[in-house]
Amino acid sequence: MANFSTNEFKSGLKFMLDGDPCSIIENELVKPGKGQAFNRVKFRNLKTGRVNEKTFKSGDKVEGADVMEVELEYSYTDGEFWYFMDAVTFEQHAADANAIEDCKKWLKEQYVYTVTQWNGSPLLVTAPNFVNLEVTETDPGLKGDTAGTGGKPATLETGAVVRVPLFMNVGDLLRIDTRSAEYVERAKK
Amino acid sequence: MTSTWQPSADIDILKKRAQLIADVRLFFAQRDVLEVETPILSQAAPTAPYLDSFYTDFSPLGSDKKQPYFLQTSPEFAMKRLLAAQSGSIYQIAPVFRNGESGRLHSPEFTMLEWYRPELTLFQLMDEVNDLVQQVFNLAPVLRFSYRGIFEFFCKFNVFTCSDDEIQSFVTKRIVGLPADLDMNRDGWLELIMSYVIEPRLAAMNMSVFIYDFPASQAQLAKVDKDGQGNDVAKRFELYAGGMELANGYDELLDADELRHRFHSDNQVRQQKNTKTIPVDEHLLAAMTAGIPQCSGVALGLDRLLMLALNKRNINDVRAFKFELS
Repeated sequence: MANFSTNEFKSGLKFMLDGDPCSIIENELVKPGKGQAFNRVKFRNLKTGRVNEKTFKSGDKVEGADVMEVELEYSYTDGEFWYFMDAVTFEQHAADANAIEDCKKWLKEQYVYTVTQWNGSPLLVTAPNFVNLEVTETDPGLKGDTAGTGGKPATLETGAVVRVPLFMNVGDLLRIDTRSAEYVERAKK
Repeated sequence: MTSTWQPSADIDILKKRAQLIADVRLFFAQRDVLEVETPILSQAAPTAPYLDSFYTDFSPLGSDKKQPYFLQTSPEFAMKRLLAAQSGSIYQIAPVFRNGESGRLHSPEFTMLEWYRPELTLFQLMDEVNDLVQQVFNLAPVLRFSYRGIFEFFCKFNVFTCSDDEIQSFVTKRIVGLPADLDMNRDGWLELIMSYVIEPRLAAMNMSVFIYDFPASQAQLAKVDKDGQGNDVAKRFELYAGGMELANGYDELLDADELRHRFHSDNQVRQQKNTKTIPVDEHLLAAMTAGIPQCSGVALGLDRLLMLALNKRNINDVRAFKFELS
């Protein structure tokens, strides 16, 4: 894998740090007073998902990480692994519990997810920004309340619990923003 | 893919930029400060070890001779020669160039507003900087801290009396993710604390501050004198606003021998780290020997001022074409 110098740093660059693949979120040139320059880097450790900060002396080099993002369709789970399929080659990729932890409650068969692969194996699965999910459990709907004020919890088919307007019923299909875990609108079936 | 001929800044922003510059000119006209233009190319350049000048060659027609010329990093040296020639108060809005410096707050080419006031003390000049930024846009009132005071306030140690070890252990505790092999002198650590600890706190508190009376070792081209506690301090100030260093002002050093000494010690540092030494500006030294009047001067980044006024996050948002598209 190629090496990258601080002058090539930019958001999205994948590099190795202490054995873990990381992705640059933000890179800032810092030039304190009349002193030497630094690159102050905010990055995500792609293995742990944690965001951290590190300072590099301008001119320092890092090793690139063999990280790729691919769009794969979720197939099924056997309880130990979650299987994602390449829609073109039909190749199956097995992701472990760590990789799907953040998007587990948004996993639905045949939806397409962004899978970050490191050295060819799934490291992190990211849900699309919006998913349509069916309500499986909630208090009965209140007919009169169409203004959407107030709200109540509803359990969705994937097990996720979100706040929904009072008029929603079991069986309704909802559009959910996975980034904020919030109800957006009723979706057409 | 957007096409690459288009400007980096909206035309609307460029109109505001033009208005800001017109306001600045009006401000100085009202105060009888003379606008000047000095050469952008110079045979000499600042020697500061971490300042990298662009340079080019001049070849007279019909000759193979090549004479190096530097693009200015600031119009300071030429303006001081005008002061020595009894120009009185002068200002300049000039393009300046710093090789290597590119980022959210840095463009290798940017616009400097620099002015010199023979009548004003350093504190009166701070007042004037404050008046200027208040007049061109409404900045929250600018507070004043001595360098010692701001470190006491945010870091709880005295920059003049605490040991190098204490400073370094503060850095280790408070700044995460520094390179393990980082080897710097006392000023390096202090500057790091300023950038990583103090500046973000000021920005978070939405505070604009003048910081004055720097450690003597950070004098640059300012005079050194005693503060109220008897510490040697550099008579200079910096203005921080919106998480940025906006301006740098000096009670100007007038002693030619001292200036020559600082040029030489800078070049020694350059030699030690294997960077090019810089020809010393003999014209400036001669002017200083002839006599520059007692004066205060300040350089202010006009692009950053505009970023602050228009609430823009990136310097390229306020410049017609960013460096990468120039």
